[in-house]
Amino acid sequence: MYEIVEKNKLAPEIFHFEVKAPEIAAKAQAGHFLILRAVEKAERIPLTIADYDREQGTIDIVVQEVGYSSQQICDFEEGEAFLDVVAPLGNPIETEDYDRVICVAGGLGAAPLYPKVKSLVDHGAEVTTILGAQRAEKLIWEDRFADLSEDLYIATDDGSRGTEGFVTNVLEELLSEDNDYDAVIAIGPMIMMQAVSDLTAEYDLKTIVSLNTLMVDGTGMCGGCRVTVGEETKFACVDGPAFDGHEVDFEEQRRRKKFYEEHEEEIEEHHVGGEGCRVQAK
Amino acid sequence: MSKQSRTEMEELDPRVRVNNFAEVAQGYTPEQAVKEAKRCLQCADPKCMEGCPVQIDIPDFIELIAEEKFDAAAEKIKEKNNLPAICGRVCPQEDQCELKCVLESTGEPIAIGRLERFAANYGEDEVTKPVQDKGKVAVVGAGPAGLTAAADLAKMGYKVTVFESFHEAGGVLKYGIPEFRLPKEVVQEEIDQIKKLGVEIQLNKVVGKIKSVDELMEQEGYQAVFVGTGAGLPKFLGLEGENLNGVYSANEFLTRVNLMKAYKFPEYKTPVYVGNKVAVIGGGNVAMDAARTALRLGAEESMIVYRRSREQMPAREEEIEHAEEEGIQFQLLRNPTKILGNEDGFVTGLECIKMELGEPDDSGRRRPIAIEGSEFEMDADMVIMAIGQNPNPILLDDSPEIETTDWGTIKTDEVGQTTKEGVFAGGDIVTGAATVIEAMGAGKDAAEAIDEYIQSKDDN
Ligand SMILES: Cc1cc2nc3c(=O)[nH]c(=O)nc-3n(C[C@H](O)[C@H](O)[C@H](O)COP(=O)(O)OP(=O)(O)OC[C@H]3O[C@@H](n4cnc5c(N)ncnc54)[C@H](O)[C@@H]3O)c2cc1C
Ligand SMILES: Cc1cc2nc3c(=O)[nH]c(=O)nc-3n(C[C@H](O)[C@H](O)[C@H](O)COP(=O)(O)OP(=O)(O)OC[C@H]3O[C@@H](n4cnc5c(N)ncnc54)[C@H](O)[C@@H]3O)c2cc1C
Ligand code: SF4
Ligand code: SF4
Ligand code: FES
Ligand SMILES: [Mg+2]
Repeated sequence: MYEIVEKNKLAPEIFHFEVKAPEIAAKAQAGHFLILRAVEKAERIPLTIADYDREQGTIDIVVQEVGYSSQQICDFEEGEAFLDVVAPLGNPIETEDYDRVICVAGGLGAAPLYPKVKSLVDHGAEVTTILGAQRAEKLIWEDRFADLSEDLYIATDDGSRGTEGFVTNVLEELLSEDNDYDAVIAIGPMIMMQAVSDLTAEYDLKTIVSLNTLMVDGTGMCGGCRVTVGEETKFACVDGPAFDGHEVDFEEQRRRKKFYEEHEEEIEEHHVGGEGCRVQAK
Repeated sequence: MSKQSRTEMEELDPRVRVNNFAEVAQGYTPEQAVKEAKRCLQCADPKCMEGCPVQIDIPDFIELIAEEKFDAAAEKIKEKNNLPAICGRVCPQEDQCELKCVLESTGEPIAIGRLERFAANYGEDEVTKPVQDKGKVAVVGAGPAGLTAAADLAKMGYKVTVFESFHEAGGVLKYGIPEFRLPKEVVQEEIDQIKKLGVEIQLNKVVGKIKSVDELMEQEGYQAVFVGTGAGLPKFLGLEGENLNGVYSANEFLTRVNLMKAYKFPEYKTPVYVGNKVAVIGGGNVAMDAARTALRLGAEESMIVYRRSREQMPAREEEIEHAEEEGIQFQLLRNPTKILGNEDGFVTGLECIKMELGEPDDSGRRRPIAIEGSEFEMDADMVIMAIGQNPNPILLDDSPEIETTDWGTIKTDEVGQTTKEGVFAGGDIVTGAATVIEAMGAGKDAAEAIDEYIQSKDDN
């Protein structure tokens, strides 16, 4: 069992958990993810290791409620424990060879982006960060990024904070002034990563995206996380989850993520007046 | 000499069973078991034993059943086999012990597997934990190979820890072979027996990620490591349309259904997609399991698409028959060339080419050859790839000293010693996808070799 030592609400529908897992904390690196099964009947849900503390033996996850399973995770409280956590999975991201990098996050993407920025800065890179969200209250960890970044830009869809509009607007402005960067790292909704990659392709600027495909095992065993990267089929769990954004077939990924839409509706129906059920499920 | 024919075993009516996941083969009643056991000739030189990779004392346990000493029969089997309820169900007996039985030539060999399954219901539940002071051994992978090695080493007096990447032990027995052939409760009971021997199973531990083989040996003090990580890597054909929604590897489909219990969705939260017209590509046990599972989940039609003919299908005859009884269709001498889809990215059909049989190839089977220009399309809204699995490299990526073959399997000598000192391997990771009992046999041999290795080091 993996005990929750701290829980915070970061934004509407977004929660941060610090979880006791000393063995995982000892091995975690920026770019790794975990798979969590909250209770016996739950799905195996992939989540990025957003931070870790080797001394305390804890790992951090940030979870956004998007469907039944992520809500079920977010219903857990301090002192309770998740049934299964397997990690570290995936490949750590290379952060050693960069001097200047732009890091872009959309919404919840800020959480998985954070360990990468931290690692880049640890290795001496100068990081410019662009955080985007629908509206001001949905921004997460702005303070953490402010501490680490050379420059921090904010964009919200409704203009309630920072520039009004998308992160790509800010990025375009930055690049048109100065494109002397080694790379862009973009994490967020598929559509946002695609837009960033399309933009940076014009500048011939290396772009790394982190894919949140559907997954089951996370160890290369099922192929459910298939993604076409530069004409080749890759498994996001063992070959990624980070890939060259200019090579990823985003259209295919967007279609694949709709695979279980009808099932999601069925779960919601099954749990109408669902609170009771959810508590029972624990 | 006994002229009686094999005692039949009850099976669920195909019309009933296609609607549920209940076990198809019902097992012998005590009367049936005794009747079958009495047919055994108690050969002085029992050939049947040569066919059993774990060397069960077959005539002795059968005699005990004939004498209605069921508990003793169970104990006799367990001297050699820690997973009798499993082997009695899924061993390809017709190619192993029963093939070697002297009565085989009459077409009525003793039903050794059914008797073994029957006896497994009996015997002492309480196992005494052996004294474990001979040293520490790590086992990677809780499939039949790893579990067998662990149980044998524990009995020899070693403290054994098994590391398993999934949240449940059992390997293919849990995630691959369906409930209707091998109830998961049966598997778990046998695993619990192994735990009672003092074997510790650590779940959610991917060796090669959370720790390396070197760390296990150098930092955690394991004197030897057994690698039984199986052949878990799904193969795809590289066809156009293979990433469409509705195309699964058999591994994914079966894992969702068996391990994650998607057949009980939405009570269990893992979804599985099931089409109305399902095409399963392949002709082995895995293909039969996938096709039969799809039918039980509500597919209107479920078919096997196989590039050779029926005689050459690698699946067990019994499984092919079960599939036929349930109404699985067989599209033989057909090979898929393309998967067709719609704008939303879902499968709508399959393009296949017709095949004919040519000269025998290396495997001795006649080689399938495509008939030029014979491509045709067929409707399908789900495609399952059951064309084999490759060895799982996740541990090996982290341990370059363990050499592999061109096929990615681990190189070992006859007893399972790898190219790295103190590291042994067995099961599908060494042979490529094979059988439960061969994996167990390899686990057994390796356990002995590990004992010898550790003892010889201690002597120095
Ligand atoms: C490597 C990796 C890292 C991730 N890191 C995080 C993270 O740090 N925080 C976080 O909140 N989420 C993260 N995700 C996404 C998270 O796994 C999904 O949001 C979650 O599985 C949705 O499950 P659900 O049942 O709540 O939603 P559903 O009702 O099943 O689906 C809601 C929506 O999410 C999509 N979805 C469903 N399952 C997944 C999935 N496994 N991955 C991605 N999208 C999915 C569906 O297509 C749908 O659009 C990550 C995914 C991957 C693969
Ligand atoms: C659908 C299906 C049906 C089958 N039907 C039959 C049948 O009827 N009869 C028969 O005899 N055989 C059958 N087989 C074959 C048989 O199941 C296998 O040959 C056998 O399970 C191999 O055993 P194993 O212990 O080598 O590997 P597996 O059973 O594959 O177990 C390997 C275990 O290692 C774990 N693992 C992998 N990598 C790591 C790592 N790095 N760290 C920790 N753990 C790891 C895996 O999660 C898994 O639990 C079938 C196979 C399939 C897929
Ligand atoms: S373990 Fe398998 S091969 Fe051995 S006797 Fe039993 S059924 Fe036959
Ligand atoms: S070979 Fe057949 S008849 Fe002879 S002992 Fe074995 S099972 Fe009995
Ligand atoms: S999640 Fe199963 S292969 Fe990647
Ligand atoms: Mg879900």
